[in-house]
Order: sequence, then structure tokens, then C-alpha cells
Amino acid sequence: MTESWLEKTNRFFELPLQLRSRVLVLTAAVLLIPSFLFPLYQMTLYSNQFPDGLVLKIYSYTLEGGHSSNRDDLREINSLNHYIGMRPLLESDFSEFKWLPFGIGAIALLGLRAIAFGKMSKLVDLVVLFIYFALFSLWSFGHRLSQYGHVLDPTAAIKVKPFSPPIFGTQQIANFTVNNYPGPATYLIGASLVLMIAALMLSARQRT
Amino acid sequence: MKTQYTLGRWTAGVALMMLMTIIASCARKPKTAQRGDIAEAAIASYVAPGDLDEYYVFYSGGQSGNVYVAGLPSMRHISTIPVFAPYPGNGYGFDNETKAMLGGYTWGDVHHPAMSKTNGDYDGRWLFVNDNANDRMARIDLRDFKTRQIFGPIPNVSGNHGSTFVTNNTEYILGASRFSIPLPKGAYASIEQYATAYKGVVSGMTVDPKTGQISMGWQILMPPFDWDLGASGKGPSDGWAFWTCYNSERATGKLEVTSTQRDRDYIAAINWKEAEKAVKQGKTKMLGGVKVIDPKETPGFVFLIPCSKSPHGVDVSPDGKYIVGSGKLQSITTVFNIDKIKVAIDKKDFTGNEDGIPILKYEDVKDAEVNVGLGPLHTQFDDQGYAYTSLFVESAVAKWKLGTWEVVDKIPVSYNIGHLAAIEGDTMHPQGKYLIALNKLSHGRHLSVGPSQPESSQLINITGEKMKLIYDAFTEPEPHYAQIIRASKLKPIEIYAKEENKNPNAIWDVKDANITRNGNNVVVKMTAVRSSYSPDKIEVNQGDHVTIHVTNIEQTTDELHGFGLVDYNINIVIDPGETKTVEFVADKPGVYAYYCTNFCSALHQEMQGYLLVKPKGGVASAAHSKTAAAAVAGGVE
Repeated sequence: MTESWLEKTNRFFELPLQLRSRVLVLTAAVLLIPSFLFPLYQMTLYSNQFPDGLVLKIYSYTLEGGHSSNRDDLREINSLNHYIGMRPLLESDFSEFKWLPFGIGAIALLGLRAIAFGKMSKLVDLVVLFIYFALFSLWSFGHRLSQYGHVLDPTAAIKVKPFSPPIFGTQQIANFTVNNYPGPATYLIGASLVLMIAALMLSARQRT
Repeated sequence: MKTQYTLGRWTAGVALMMLMTIIASCARKPKTAQRGDIAEAAIASYVAPGDLDEYYVFYSGGQSGNVYVAGLPSMRHISTIPVFAPYPGNGYGFDNETKAMLGGYTWGDVHHPAMSKTNGDYDGRWLFVNDNANDRMARIDLRDFKTRQIFGPIPNVSGNHGSTFVTNNTEYILGASRFSIPLPKGAYASIEQYATAYKGVVSGMTVDPKTGQISMGWQILMPPFDWDLGASGKGPSDGWAFWTCYNSERATGKLEVTSTQRDRDYIAAINWKEAEKAVKQGKTKMLGGVKVIDPKETPGFVFLIPCSKSPHGVDVSPDGKYIVGSGKLQSITTVFNIDKIKVAIDKKDFTGNEDGIPILKYEDVKDAEVNVGLGPLHTQFDDQGYAYTSLFVESAVAKWKLGTWEVVDKIPVSYNIGHLAAIEGDTMHPQGKYLIALNKLSHGRHLSVGPSQPESSQLINITGEKMKLIYDAFTEPEPHYAQIIRASKLKPIEIYAKEENKNPNAIWDVKDANITRNGNNVVVKMTAVRSSYSPDKIEVNQGDHVTIHVTNIEQTTDELHGFGLVDYNINIVIDPGETKTVEFVADKPGVYAYYCTNFCSALHQEMQGYLLVKPKGGVASAAHSKTAAAAVAGGVE
């Protein structure tokens, strides 16, 4: 007599998590903590006047321009952007800054929960939620950046074609060469996700 | 025989011609000598585009009232710091703050800049300058290269030439009155009473160690000589200050003759620490609102040292041991020894007195007479134990060794050198390397610019045994002295950080711009940012008192904005993060544009607004107003 598909699946979900999987999940959860210390995303705008580049860093909870005793980059970027009618980049406009840290914290807690219950089902929940959360966040940021590039004041002094800043790469905007790259926090979160998937696969293999 | 004789004559003729050629080339020689080794000089002074100079030079600007900042070795003029005169270039003297600082004066005569010092070396915090004309002193903050205080007119001082000399730890800025007058200032005595009723003074101004704020300290009553230049001691001479004087004859009339009759004038040695003590002990009387010490009544801290006649500069060696005084009509400079001065004072070995001030014996306190050349004025020092003395009459700089008193080299300069400045050359640790000759005459060393000629400033390499001329620069009138400091010692800011702007009238968001009216007073809080003003229109009534506070809300280096109000003679320039205030009475009716004067952005030209002044007696639309039409017609006629 063969097991039904449902029974098989149920048994899979009931599988215990091996020690090494739990260690991996713990590591993955711990990796999320330093993600608050680093930017998720960094834009650097180079031009003749700014050979060292104007820097804009997006953290999970805030927006920060490069800041030296002689320059406030966020203020400068907003000053320049107003010529093409772009809305000023304001922390209060990013709803992501409210839910993103909460989400990251929740993922870490769910990791601990999976370790405590030691069951495959909890880890599957976590990984699925994590992937959903990561994709949604990416879309949300991407959408917001694209909004900044598309919703331009029609009365602006300089008319530019609406644009979507690249999430990963270099783009020439007027006299600026803009480099957009994910920051260390994104890599930390990515690594955390990879570890959780690895933990899942490790414990799944014991079935045979 | 005859042929031989002819040949002899021929030979003699050729020899004579050759001799004449040699003489002619000798006569022209200085010009080629001054050119130096061109390729080497070019490299030595070349600072490639984008590269930075190693040293700052702060030139006094003489009667321009300014200080000029240049880089060294490039000798490029970098900026001008206005001090005693309005300077439209950066709106100095137009806004409330600088206007109040100028106090109604429109010029000053900046002679001797002095860097603030810690332990006898430049600390790069402030630059103090004197005003020979209106008896003031000023403090430039080197954090932002701005004049932050003008102090004075200093009471009892007439012609604040003998300043500013800063003591080793910037305890005092010392100065002396060039001209003697009846005191307090404002008192009258006929010129015939000059020798007895006129007085000179030496002043000690205190400096707040935290803020650099200059305040009146005390003054010392001096005989009616013309007190000229000074120096503060260091090391063994710390606590002492020295001033040269001319006209110890107490003569009047044409001093050119009357004040040059005696063989010697004096250098006054003043123990300012003792003076400070005397002030604390209350041994003073009030004169012109200042605590004044009379050395006749409180002896023991002012002494006179005979010096060859009509001396100008007095300079103290880096180790503080030697005091070098130069009589400008002689060919020697005299070196006095502080230890010998102290011994002579202890032994009370005096030859007489002037108004109760004891005179030391020249032979007792002198260490050497150095044969530098004609017309010695000032002396600077390097890090190798050499001294450099400027020779006005000879148009040269003499290099001589401290201790051996041997003149080792001389270089011609173009022309008539006054002061000279070496790198940190008046501190306890001179840096050597370069010397600048600050020449009074430039005589066609530049493209001709007509009769009003610039001054010449020559860079000399002093690293080798032989001095080498490497660069000619020209400055506006008229640098006297200069201070040269290692660039690494200064860390200027380039914007005023928003957090630092404590001006109660500052606003940082265009939305906060506003105009408020209180009776006839209209107050505008304005922002300036690329490329607009908020508000962009100001409506007032004729006769209103208008106050405009402009905040430049930029936080990026070099994003300056100007505010020029057409036909109202108003012009300010606001640095990033700065707030400036202008006040005026809107007495002219009509419409006046204001615009950004300091090119800021691609849309700089569009950065403008209007001041609309409603005429008294109501507004009539210009198009329909008969008076306006008449005015226009009148204008056409």
C-alpha cells in the first residue's frame, strides 16, 4: 500500500529539524541583526563638480545622504533634482521605513520559533514568508524609485524623459553618472535567506 | 716700426672697446642676475592644476584695508579678506553686522599681520592686523577667513603703526603709537610744546584665549618720539617687547631733516610682564579711559637702548637671545644680546635718561654690528641659524650667520624692498625653504598698467647656500609685512553647518519664508537657494523701514548667493548656511528688482525678485497715471 500524496506531505512537514539545520537557522537569524547597521542600497552620483560622488544611502529604516563638514549630500541631491521636477527625497515619504524593520525582526523571531519547535513545517512557513517578504520589499523599493523618476513636476525647468533608476548598475542622467548598487544589508539578508533554504534542504534529505 | 706702432694702437683700441663692452655688460648685469636659472625656477614654483600649495601667505593690504591670501610656492593670489574697508566682492560692509563693525569708516591702513601663537609658534587660529590710519586692530578668524572683530579706535594712540605684535602665547597684542600727540586724544597743545606736552604710548591689548576677543589692557606713557616697529621676545627674552623709534630729537617740522641730526635713536625694551604686574598693583592713572602706567613714576620695566639712527625694524632671533635692530640710514645692522641687557639693567649701568626712562650703554648690550649693506630694514630667520635682512637702499637681501655675524650671500631684488617674510620666520621654529621679498617698487617688471603700478613680491629659494630668485608676483597696494604658515596648520570650514547657524532670523525651508509688518517696519525672512528667492516679491509702502534677513540654505561648498537690490545700493553675498541682514528705508517709490549677484547655477540669471514700493499718496496704475507718464516723458527729454 502506498502513501497518499497528502500523507507524504504531512509526514514531510512533521519531519524534525536536524541540529545542523537549527544551527544554520540560528546563524541566519543572527545575520539579520547587523543588517540594521548597513545600508540596503547605495546610490553614488559622480560629476565634474563632484568627483568624489554625492552619496545616498537607504537603510531599512531611514534615508541618509553622505555628510561631511563641507557638504550635505541629501540636501544637494534634492537641490539638483528640483530642476527636473523630482520630488524631494524625504524620509517621511517612504512607508517602507515603517514596516521593513518590523518585517526583518519578525523573520528573525520566526527563525527562533522554527528552532524551538524543531519542525519542518515551521521552517517552510518561514522560508515562504521570507521569500515573499524579500520580493515584496524589492518591488516596493523599485516601484518607489521608479515613481520618483516618473512623477515629475510638469512645470520643472528642465524637462527630462521619465526614467527608472536601475536597481543594479550605472546610468547617465544629465551630467551625472549614477551608480546604483545594493548595500551590505541586502547581502546580509540574502545570505540569511540562502542559509534558511540550505537548512530546509539539509533536513529534507534525511527522509530517504 | 711704423706698422708695429700702428698695430700697438690697434691693439690698444680693441682693448679699450672690449673694456667698454665689459663695463656696459656690467652695467646691465643686475637684470640678468635677477632672472635666475629659469628652468629650475619654473619647476620650483610650479603647482600643477588641481594640486595645492604648501603654504599660506597672508599679505597686509596697506591702504586698501584688506588682507590678501596667496599660496606658496605658486604665489597665486587666492582670495582677499576685507578688513577695514567695504568690499562689494563679498558684500562686506553692506550687511548689518559688518557695517556695524566698520563703524562708519571706509578705509584702514593694514601694515603688520600677526598670527596667533602658542609657545612661540603660529597656532593658526587667528590673524590680527593693525590699522595705521584709524588706530584700530582687527581679528580674522582663520576657521572661516572672515574678519570677526574690529577693535578701536584705540584711545591715546595716533597712527597705530607699531602693531600688531603677539606675545608667545597670545596673551597680548602689543602696539605703539607712531605719532605723539597731547593726551588724552582731543587735548590741545601747540606744536611748540611738542617736546614736553606731547606723548607716545605703548599699548597692551588682551586676547580671550577661547574666542580671540580683543580687549583694552593697559598703556605705557612714552617720550614723544615716533614709535615705529616692534617685536615680542621669546625664550630668554619672553616677557619683553622691543620697539624702535625715530625722532628721538623730539623735533617738529620737516622730520626728514630735523629728526636725523643725532647719531643714534633708541630701541625701547619693555618688560610687559612687569607692566602687567604694575597694573595689577594699581600703579596706574586713567587717561582717555585707559589704565596708563607712567615709567617715570613706576620705574624698572622700560629701558632705552641706543641704536644707529632712524631704525625701522627690530626682530628677535628664534632662540630669543638676539635682538636685531636696523638703522635704515646705515650700512650695518646691530645685534643686541638679551643676557647683556639683563645684566646691564641689574647693574643699573645707565648713561642717562629720557623723561625718567634709563638709557643703557650701547657698548654694554651690543653683541655685533653686521655689515649687511645699505639701508637695512627688517630681519627674518630660517631653520639653519641664518638671518635675512632686507636692504631698502641697496635693493637686496643679505644672508648672514647668527653667532659668526658673517654675511654669506646677497641677492638683488626688484626694487626697494621693505619687509621680507620667511616661512614662520618670526617664530621660535622658522621653517626655512622660502623667503618673500616685499618690494615697494616694481618699475616695469610687469606689463605696463599706466602710472598706478602694483607692488612687487618676489619668491626666493633659501634652501641652498646661495639664495635663488624663483618668481615675481604683483599685488595690489600695498603689502607691508606678511605671515607665512604651513597649510597643514589651518583647517578652514567651507560651509556654515545648519546646526551651527544660531541666527534667530534664520529659516531653512522655503515654506517658512515670510513678510511681517509692524507699523512702518517691514521684516522679511528670506531663503536663497538654487535658483530662487522666497519670497520673490516684497510689497512695501514708500518710507517703510525694511529689514531683510536672507538665509542661504545651501549646504554645499561654493554655493554662494548674492542679493543685489537695484538702485538701492544694496549688495550682500551669503555663504552656504549663513544668514545676513540688510536694512534700509524704502524711500524711492516704484518697482526695483533684486537678483543673485554671485553666479550660482544654470538658472542663476533667473534668480530674481521684485521690491514693489507703493508711492505715498496712493497707487495709481502706471499705465494710466499722468504723473508717471509725465515722468517718463521727462526722462526722455
